[in-house]
Amino acid sequence: MASLKDLRNRISSVKATQKITKAMQMVAAAKLRRAQEAAEAARPYAERMDRVLANLSAGMAGRSDAPALLAGTGNDQVHLLIVATADRGLCGGFNSSIARLARQHINKLIGEGKTVKIVTVGRKGRDALRRDFGDKIVKSYEFTGIRQIGFAQAEDIAKTVLDLFEGGEFDVATLFYSKFVNVVSQIPTAQQLVPASVADTAESGVDLGGAVYEYEPDETEILEELLPRNLAVQIFRGLLENVAGEFGAKMSAMDNATRNAGDMIKKLNITYNRSRQAMITKELIEIISGAEAL
Amino acid sequence: MAEKLSFDLVSPERLLLSEEVDMVVLPGAEGDMGIMGGHAPVMSTLRPGVIDVDVQGQPQRRYFVRGGFAEVTPAGLTILAEHTVPLAELDTAALDREIGNAEEDVADAKTDAKRQAAQEKLDHLKQLRQAI
Repeated sequence: MASLKDLRNRISSVKATQKITKAMQMVAAAKLRRAQEAAEAARPYAERMDRVLANLSAGMAGRSDAPALLAGTGNDQVHLLIVATADRGLCGGFNSSIARLARQHINKLIGEGKTVKIVTVGRKGRDALRRDFGDKIVKSYEFTGIRQIGFAQAEDIAKTVLDLFEGGEFDVATLFYSKFVNVVSQIPTAQQLVPASVADTAESGVDLGGAVYEYEPDETEILEELLPRNLAVQIFRGLLENVAGEFGAKMSAMDNATRNAGDMIKKLNITYNRSRQAMITKELIEIISGAEAL
Repeated sequence: MAEKLSFDLVSPERLLLSEEVDMVVLPGAEGDMGIMGGHAPVMSTLRPGVIDVDVQGQPQRRYFVRGGFAEVTPAGLTILAEHTVPLAELDTAALDREIGNAEEDVADAKTDAKRQAAQEKLDHLKQLRQAI
């Protein structure tokens, strides 16, 4: 049985841990609020972009001169996977569930005899995939030093992807990130970026009152300029969802940890009190029996 | 003035401006356009330049954009712009940086079409630099 001093030490160390997890939970809650605001602020742009693209691509469907970013290269031999995770751990199963989804996907593609290339965003994703697929990682991004992820970072990634695409390095690009549903649930999601998957016009189309859009310059040129931009917007949206998801996951993970620490302290306290009482009783018995013997 | 135009200026990070205005002049890819209420539907890309926002009885507001996209629907005008700076806050140093970037783009361009596009962008920026 542990001595009283050991128990006391143990209790104080668990208490210290609890304080840390409690603080981390509160920090995550504050950051989550900020991340949600950022995600919300970014929504109008993405929605309008979707609408415009849906309008344009409806007119492009089936045409042979449609840009490659929309129509694809006609192949699906080489796949580029952009795996976006967080830079930090201690957020429950958040990073590993994204990595697991990506890994399943990679194995499936390899099983089908396709070539796979990977771009990782976030340190944890790189660490998780490096062991199995290290030779397939083309580029890794880390945003550890950046306080808040902005559009500039998304643009940076989009530029890399576009350069690869223009160099004929891949046919299909898919983005892996975690969709933020609420604080307790984030769903790892795979979203196809190239060829662009465009929303149905029927629901997102605008009523022009019978008029027809005038295009300046023509449709193809607009699309060619819009599609690369759309890529950046999609990546940006994924990154923002990821940030919100990371803090949501961290919050609930730290909440659990705090609660576990509380339970542990309670149990240790009971043990401590019991053994202290046992010791007092033992000492009393010794004194009494000593007095009786006289 | 006649009808008001509902005007949204959106950047990827947030909604910058959303209000009723009288007229917006924007740098369309094929020339500047003035948009007022009841304009016919148009989609246009933007070249680097200045957006003028006019509301009667208020001083004109001007914004610098580094390219983007404009859409006119019966509901109003929407401008999607990546980098928007109020012209008053735009300093020549920032513009010089842009010009430097554009020059690099011209040098890096691999195809002729790209080089031309980059060159055009550079020219617009230089014009703008002189105008300030």
